[in-house]
Amino acid sequence: MTQASAAVDARHDEERAVGLWADAFRRMRRSKAAIIGGTIVGFFVLMAVFAPFLAPYDPTRGNLAESYLPPFTGDHLFGTNVQGQDVLSRIIFGARLTLGIAVLSVSIGVTVGGILGATAGYFRGWVDALIMRGVDIMLSIPGLLFAIAVVTWLGRGVVQIAIAIAIINIPIFARLLRGSLLSLREADYVIAARSVGVGGAGLLVQHMLPNAIGPLIVQATLALATAVVDAAALGFLGLGPPDPRTPEWGTMLSDTYRYLNDAVYLAFFPGIAIVLSVLGFNLLGDGMREALDPKLRR
Amino acid sequence: MAKFIIRRLLLLIPILLGLSVLIFLFIRLLPGDPASTILGERATPENIIRVREALGLDRPLHEQYFAYLGGILQGDLGKSFLTNRDVVDDFLQRFPATIELTVTAMTFALALGIPLGMLTAKRRGSWIDNGGTILSLLGISIPIFFLGLMLKWLFAIQWPILPDSGRIDLITYFFPRVTNMMTVDALIAGDWGGFVDALRHLILPGIALGTIPLAIIMRITRASVVDVLNEDYVRTAHAKGLKEGTVDSRHVLRNAMLPVVTVIGLQTGLLLGGAILTETIFGWGGVGKWMYDAVVANDYQIIQSGVLLLAFIFVMVNLLVDISYAFLNPRIRYS
Repeated sequence: MTQASAAVDARHDEERAVGLWADAFRRMRRSKAAIIGGTIVGFFVLMAVFAPFLAPYDPTRGNLAESYLPPFTGDHLFGTNVQGQDVLSRIIFGARLTLGIAVLSVSIGVTVGGILGATAGYFRGWVDALIMRGVDIMLSIPGLLFAIAVVTWLGRGVVQIAIAIAIINIPIFARLLRGSLLSLREADYVIAARSVGVGGAGLLVQHMLPNAIGPLIVQATLALATAVVDAAALGFLGLGPPDPRTPEWGTMLSDTYRYLNDAVYLAFFPGIAIVLSVLGFNLLGDGMREALDPKLRR
Repeated sequence: MAKFIIRRLLLLIPILLGLSVLIFLFIRLLPGDPASTILGERATPENIIRVREALGLDRPLHEQYFAYLGGILQGDLGKSFLTNRDVVDDFLQRFPATIELTVTAMTFALALGIPLGMLTAKRRGSWIDNGGTILSLLGISIPIFFLGLMLKWLFAIQWPILPDSGRIDLITYFFPRVTNMMTVDALIAGDWGGFVDALRHLILPGIALGTIPLAIIMRITRASVVDVLNEDYVRTAHAKGLKEGTVDSRHVLRNAMLPVVTVIGLQTGLLLGGAILTETIFGWGGVGKWMYDAVVANDYQIIQSGVLLLAFIFVMVNLLVDISYAFLNPRIRYS
């Protein structure tokens, strides 16, 4: 009988989970913010994936005879930089690097932060205390400063940048998941599941995590926005990829700010790319939050 | 109240200790031989010996840590490996410039963010509200360094009405440095022209640094005012015939400010990080520019101690915010 009721309980849970996601998706399609944000993000993802087919030129090949060509004239839509590299091609290929760093760093942040948060929220006691004090310490260092320190420590490189940004994210996700799990412990269906003998990892994985994942996804989307800005900030500060030919949006801005007087377009176009992609992730995250927030469900 | 403050202060101890361990390990656990990594191209045998001695790398790790901790407690955070100058002296000399900049940015954010948040909340659903929402979204999404560059290009190069960098026109204005905050020093010296010039230098970096907090404060104020407007006591205040302005200032704003206070504390961390970018763009001689120069020069001692000092300030500001929050909201004190 215990087994039977657990099975009923599980099936019931599953139905409800599907219901939540279907409902969230339906609500997202009606949310203007989510649609606009999703479109912008989709645009940049396509740009990153099909960069070799979209970019008119090789982003790393320069031609000094063609340096400083102004935008909207001739063959280079967004002009060329000091080395005569095509700015548009560098922005298109830069999307790969920036989005890649953002996705990699947030994935590491969600995974490590999630494991820490789940461990703390599930075991409680001294494990919880230990992990959460560690999280407090990490949160006491201003984010960008932490990332700068980590990159100077690990050395320059794409993976190093992703790790540095992931480290800013770990405490945020750990706190979030722990908070959700703690409030879920008291939820009726969790108490019900436990009373019919579901325990240990099963309770955590089958009953609690699926219900805690909504806020985590929203936060991950918003974290992608921050990650794009932080990656570009590191690039701007000269801590970007070590090979100067690598197209990276933040590095492109820092390359040009010395020539602001006569070549503002060199800063303008990569800057707009950063703003748009960040805006896209922010809108998508906001839209998702509204769609997934049970309080707003009707 | 005293109990609350003491409890919060005690909670700080493990955090500060943990922070010191983390930052202590930063240099000691540098990949490879720390001394030669620190020195990089400057690694001559004499230099390596000097750095090893300065760090006490030959002693066991725990002894090194206690020596380091003892140094911190006496205000000794080591010397720059490059200039051999005392890190704390350098920091204290530059920090007032950063305070001046962050206070300007925060003032800008609060002075615009709270009224705009209030306005959009009261006109919910109108075009003002929609415009405000779009503006705050843009404000959150625009990186400091891009905004800074564009402001500089627009108002200092293309249409040169404001200075493009520095803190004051050093050729025209000279007055003794007392606090190292230009505006304050100019006032102390009674140099009115210098004060105005210092203010003009603050405008562009202040806006660049203050825009993200502005957008966030505007959002939080709007959300918080919308909540309060639905409260019974606001309806009662209206019902008993109080003037609109009185209801807003006495009842709505005062209650809606609580979440905003918390945000101010959290934003400080962002401002301290953002100061690195802003100060670099506008050649502002504060802690941020100092940290940037240290990063460029790989001066690990400055990076290490700078992070520790700024994290300490961040923690302290948040403590003050928590205390003022408890002061404003009796419900927190007793929980």
